[in-house]
Amino acid sequence: MTTPSLSRSTRLTPEHGLLLAVLAVLALMPLFTTTFFVSFVLTQTLWLGIAAASLIFLAAYGGMISLAQTLMYGFAGFAIGNAVTQGGSKGLNLGLNPWVGVAIGIVFTTVLAFVLGLVASRSTGLYYLMITLTYGVIGFYFFGQVTTFSGFGGINQIVAPDYIGEPGEHPMRLYYTALVVSVFSYMLLRYVTRTPFGLALQGIRDDPVRMSALGYNLVIHRALAFVLGGFVASLAGVLNVWWNRQIDPASIGIGEILALLIIAVIGGMNRLEGAWLGAFIYVVVNNYVRSVPLVDKIGITEDRFNTLVGVIFLVIVLASPNGLMGLGTSIGRLFKRIFRPASGREVPGDNLGEPKESTTSG
Amino acid sequence: MVTRVATRSTKQRSPLQWVGLGIGLLLVALLLAWVLVFATGTPAGPLIHEPRDFLSTLLNALTIAGLYFIVAGGFTLIFGLMRVVNLAHGSFFLLGGYVALEFQRFMVGKSGNISSSEVSAARWLVPLVLAAAVAGVVGLITQQLFLRWFQGQDMRETLITIAISVILADQMLTHFGGLAKDIRWPGILDHFLIVWDFRYSVPRLFMLFTAVVVGVALWLWLHKTRTGMVIRAGVDDTAMVQALGINVQVVFALAFLVGSVLAGVGGVMGGSFASLAPGVDGQWLLNSIIVVIVGGMGSLVGAMAGSLLLGLVTAFAPAYLPADLTHYSVIFTFVLLAAVLAWRPYGLFGRPE
Repeated sequence: MTTPSLSRSTRLTPEHGLLLAVLAVLALMPLFTTTFFVSFVLTQTLWLGIAAASLIFLAAYGGMISLAQTLMYGFAGFAIGNAVTQGGSKGLNLGLNPWVGVAIGIVFTTVLAFVLGLVASRSTGLYYLMITLTYGVIGFYFFGQVTTFSGFGGINQIVAPDYIGEPGEHPMRLYYTALVVSVFSYMLLRYVTRTPFGLALQGIRDDPVRMSALGYNLVIHRALAFVLGGFVASLAGVLNVWWNRQIDPASIGIGEILALLIIAVIGGMNRLEGAWLGAFIYVVVNNYVRSVPLVDKIGITEDRFNTLVGVIFLVIVLASPNGLMGLGTSIGRLFKRIFRPASGREVPGDNLGEPKESTTSG
Repeated sequence: MVTRVATRSTKQRSPLQWVGLGIGLLLVALLLAWVLVFATGTPAGPLIHEPRDFLSTLLNALTIAGLYFIVAGGFTLIFGLMRVVNLAHGSFFLLGGYVALEFQRFMVGKSGNISSSEVSAARWLVPLVLAAAVAGVVGLITQQLFLRWFQGQDMRETLITIAISVILADQMLTHFGGLAKDIRWPGILDHFLIVWDFRYSVPRLFMLFTAVVVGVALWLWLHKTRTGMVIRAGVDDTAMVQALGINVQVVFALAFLVGSVLAGVGGVMGGSFASLAPGVDGQWLLNSIIVVIVGGMGSLVGAMAGSLLLGLVTAFAPAYLPADLTHYSVIFTFVLLAAVLAWRPYGLFGRPE
């Protein structure tokens, strides 16, 4: 998998324009579409995208594929559920103010992320993936079995703050909140990659031995990156419980763990934007596959949604390991090549500022 | 992307590590004291008061460890040779179980409610063999059709196995339904062994016996045959094995076949011992992963040690926690994982890559 390059210059590029255009379209979307689309497709896309962005951040900039991000947003959700509900059959039923609940959810998740991150951070690669997968699945069994906090039935009737209200009554409020949080998460993660910490993280991704020799503490850097990922995922967890009004262990089970990874891979594992793109495709397939004509004739009904997702995922992994964003980048390069007189390599201006690959080997 | 970080080159321990080691040993000693002497208010009594409780918990640990070993042995074999984390391993487990279930029902001629008196040894063994064959072939197809083109791209291979596991899980839900079903043990096994006044389930002992047979067979295969020698050489240095003119692709295919067969055998055992349902695949994938993380990837001895430790934790934690805290036992699985990773990041018998 290719990895993003180190920080580029901060001047405005066509890429920024494209992002702003997408943002404008998203902001105006409620004017053109149905309430159902905004609430069930777009809002869900946004919060799933935030969770997937935390996964992509860790994978692209830290070289750590974390399957614990589902646990992170679920943990925030359970913390909020325990804090704010009152008189439910399960959970602690603390009945606190919803905003206090949000603070508790985010802080607890971030602390948990630090502990889990420390334990996993001496391992890399496939080991990291497997360790974080066990985190996720152990978390699922923990909330399933420990009825003090949840039990398999989950926590229902979680109250959102007044200004969000019932998502059924005021879908736009939650939608715009999710949009703002998405933009915040995206900018935060983009910003961090350009800080000294972010650069050190990318250095550790590329050459841990050298970074270690330079005096960087690999474990702490990886663990702190995991904390940041946990923090961003906990924001997704807040939006999730506001949107769903309930949370149960099934929503952080192995199916959901893999779904988040699938979202990230469909979108593109090396670009943060891919998170929201992958989430959008996942949600659209989830919501609309039943209404496509002929689909049920070939045996794919809505119940076989996972088979369809699995096949899409398989095709993408086989064909384009960088997902749809990677595909977009390739197409962009193709366009550049078509609209330029000669092939990219021979244009003198094209390699300006970049060290040329060594062509004069002995 | 895999790097050799100097984690084990310094043999001297820092003071902090000594403190950690001391605390660890102290905790182990306290746990032992609790289980042996002081446990009160727990589902099982301490050794000195209730030796039968202790013995059956210990046997539970050993027998479930046997099943862990059968399944995780296949997982670690595949990883050791090919660096493929086969996340479809749990799916092969469940598939094997379902295939055996269907054949057993077909052979008995009933579609449910089979009692073990109707199950002769053949009505359990033939489904076992068929299930192992089906799991093995599906594994082989997966490897030949998808994985062999991406050798060396370990993350991509892992993602492919995830896709396979998602598709298989959904298809199994379609064909076998969402309800829990179980395979019947044959009548000659399905009773209790009674020694003086101690009763223990024979099928569980049979699981342990099978695990020992599988372990010995794997060891003999890997250490006493030419194929095994090539596999062990391949684990150490695939490129060198290839350079010696050995068709390493055949060896890869064989290892994937055997690994998947073990998942299938485990599935039949697990389906007879517990039950088969959607979600069981993820559960057994988790078990295999914990075993190899604890024991060290690609090591047969490691798989054995990992299975034993996980078996001990899963059997003793619910039995010796105070009764009202029993449902917290899953935390101890995490504690085991964290303790081993803090001590040896690549598992007890693993090597840094």
